[in-house]
Amino acid sequence: MTQASLFRRITDFANRADPYPLYEELRRTPVLHEEEDGPYVISSYWDIRSLLHDPRISSDAANLAAAGDELAEAQSTGLPPSFLRLDPPEHDRLRRIANSAFGPPHKPHRIESMRGELHAIVGGLIDGFGEAREIDLVDQFAYPFPVTVICRLLGVPREDEPRFRAWVDPLVATLDPETRAEADEEFVKSAQEARMQLGMYLAGLVEQRTKDPQDDMLSDLADSRGPEGAMTMMEVMSTAVLLLIAGHETTVNLITNGMLTLLRHPDVLHRLREDPGLSARIVEELLRYEPPVQIVPQRTCIADIEMRGVTIPKGSRIWLMLAAGNRDPERFKDPEKFDPDREDIQHLGFGSGIHSCFGAPLARLETQIALSELARRLENPRLVEDPPPYRQNAVLRGPRHLSIAFDALR
Amino acid sequence: MAADYLDWLRREGRIVIVGASLAGLRAAETLRAEGFTGSLTMIGDEPYEPYDRPPLSKAVLLGKASPLHTELPHRREVDAKWRLGVPATGLDLTAKRVRLADGDEVEYDRLLIATGVRARPWFKEEEGRLDGVFLLRTRDDAARLLQRLRSARRVFIIGAGFAGCEVASACREMGLAVTLAERAGAPLVGALGGVIGAVAADLQTGNGVDLRTGITVTALEGDPAGRVRSVHLSDGSEVETDVVVVSLGSLRNTEWLTGSGLGAGPRGIACDAGCRAFDFRGIVTDDVFVAGDVARSPHALFGYQFLSLEHWGNAVAQAETAAHNMICRGADRRPHLWMPAFWSSQFKVNIKSVGVPPMGDQIMITQGSLAERRFVGVYGHQGRVVAAVSFDNTRWLEFYQRQIERGAPFPVDYTTVDRRPEGRQPVDADFPDPSLPTHGPTVTLSGYSPADQQLVFTPARH
Repeated sequence: MTQASLFRRITDFANRADPYPLYEELRRTPVLHEEEDGPYVISSYWDIRSLLHDPRISSDAANLAAAGDELAEAQSTGLPPSFLRLDPPEHDRLRRIANSAFGPPHKPHRIESMRGELHAIVGGLIDGFGEAREIDLVDQFAYPFPVTVICRLLGVPREDEPRFRAWVDPLVATLDPETRAEADEEFVKSAQEARMQLGMYLAGLVEQRTKDPQDDMLSDLADSRGPEGAMTMMEVMSTAVLLLIAGHETTVNLITNGMLTLLRHPDVLHRLREDPGLSARIVEELLRYEPPVQIVPQRTCIADIEMRGVTIPKGSRIWLMLAAGNRDPERFKDPEKFDPDREDIQHLGFGSGIHSCFGAPLARLETQIALSELARRLENPRLVEDPPPYRQNAVLRGPRHLSIAFDALR
Repeated sequence: MAADYLDWLRREGRIVIVGASLAGLRAAETLRAEGFTGSLTMIGDEPYEPYDRPPLSKAVLLGKASPLHTELPHRREVDAKWRLGVPATGLDLTAKRVRLADGDEVEYDRLLIATGVRARPWFKEEEGRLDGVFLLRTRDDAARLLQRLRSARRVFIIGAGFAGCEVASACREMGLAVTLAERAGAPLVGALGGVIGAVAADLQTGNGVDLRTGITVTALEGDPAGRVRSVHLSDGSEVETDVVVVSLGSLRNTEWLTGSGLGAGPRGIACDAGCRAFDFRGIVTDDVFVAGDVARSPHALFGYQFLSLEHWGNAVAQAETAAHNMICRGADRRPHLWMPAFWSSQFKVNIKSVGVPPMGDQIMITQGSLAERRFVGVYGHQGRVVAAVSFDNTRWLEFYQRQIERGAPFPVDYTTVDRRPEGRQPVDADFPDPSLPTHGPTVTLSGYSPADQQLVFTPARH
């Protein structure tokens, strides 16, 4: 009986709770190409890092479609790709305009000024546990927190969450390799439809902001009168869709993975409780140890690339296994150890190069506050079930539920 | 025997560091981090704790940082005896003593020289003393210049290198009228060549700078009260001004070593790749090390040319290597293999380069476009990539650094994202005075951390 290919075992839902032994196996063939039309799978830290900075690697959705990704081809109709799926110069222009609504130099204080608000949201959610002594961290905390934040930041009404969630879920599902492999025409069509619906919904909000600007990102995107000019309405729509989804889907997993990891390392949890200042180091180490984005599966090479003696031919699809690189013993001492005290915490958790995580400063702040407050307020927290049940998605990997029992709230 | 001496040195030896700026501080920290427990003396001519200089021509002039508060963060306690405000005046290699300006002498077992450079003064001393004429190198320089700029309307900057261009940028942001004079055909030509110089020129003029190129300043004229009033140029013209900033590069602080027997002179102090200083006979010393702007060391990747690099990152890396080598066994020594890199920020454009651009004779714009002032340019020499420069495209440079380290072929023969028609062919990089080394063996650099970097030597094919 032949065993399934390694990369199929990695995407297999059965292995979701602990893919790390498979990643270790993967690193033994750092440039893996198992199936003729399949991707080249890259798993060592330095190789991933160098490809993230390599101008022969394209993120353009059109190149992905040309490389034989049928789903990408189907998605090429409808709303135009966001800057995540574009190359320079278009990527650079759209990301610059988006950034002028988000960070320095135009909005240097936007994130930092939300600190008090983030504390209040976190405090409210924890108070909301009430008399219960067992909670589902995902549904009661890790999901509602970043959703509330991204809604405030963008200017999306929080009460519309059930509405946009119905569009977001099928879109996020298209990122999962196993789901993609089994996708039929109907699935593709409905995902495309969902993206368009979500875009239209956000366009409606942008239109309101054009008439009545508020202190939020949609207002700034609608305005964008900088030297770069404005985005077209279609560009505003695909950017807003990207920001809304990327602005919470990944953070849910970072917070949940974080609490799971802390509960598996009670000594670190105890230290965090005594010293909230440790949260910065903990979050960086988490981004290495349990990154919320495990795989970057959407790159293609536009020229032959030589890597460890293997020629990756022009036009090939490339998967960058961030989570495998993060535990590469060539780069990290004791890579399998969760150690917030390590001397040089670096990671691929936010990617690197021009597509490195746009929302990183927000994700860091949210997770630091979330974990330090959970550590401070939950008395004697413990896992009810280990491992917890996981989501289907292999790319955006994280628990679907995380039951936590505790003795009291502080 | 040698091992015994080293054990003793690490335990209770005396190490003296002359130069208490970036390189000196990082060396001191590295010595302690690597287990040196003996006595450490830091000698510095300025009366200040080590501070950071790059902000002086940027944030400080814009009033976003105080010239008095750019201290370098300490990575760890160095437990040193600080002799600040007292320049070293001489060195006795035989007696192993450093002489100080106050007459004191300090004995050492191992010495690190990190005395850096100073601003080159205006060549006519009397004119240089006019009120309103400034140099910019130290925090005192920056504080004085800043104070004067606040009441000035017009500024004249002599020299359009990186520092001069950054000062021009800051002054324009302050709303001052700026004239920038340069002997060459464009700003930054010496560092980046004429192709990129033309972009830098557009950047200056596009932001309202009165740029005068191909011209020299012949005289600075003062009023009867001794305040600078105008600048005379080689084309016969005269420009009235309130302030003159002389930005003509730097001089290496080696005069104090005259007659010491070290191989020290106007071009710096020559040392081997392990940071050990040469004496004037060309024989390497065992107990005197050099790091930072004042050092001149052979770089394997660039034809073993002796390079002096006035780069922030070089000072840090060389100081760390020198400190490591000062207290380790011969077999554990590391070569200083830092990839030259510097950055600048002018008119909100981030300029960064890796490698040695002036070594290149051709340039290819592999990404973006010169006209948009957002691009990556790659320099080639004898069929190899030797450098790259980016304007607002910093995130790609790591790739080009690896290309340089691997001796990748030039012209670049592969496709890249954002390649424009202008980037299909290499063009003359247009350096005014290319210093071309002869053809030699190909050397490539592999590995990522200093501990696992390896040189691979491939003999030349003739």
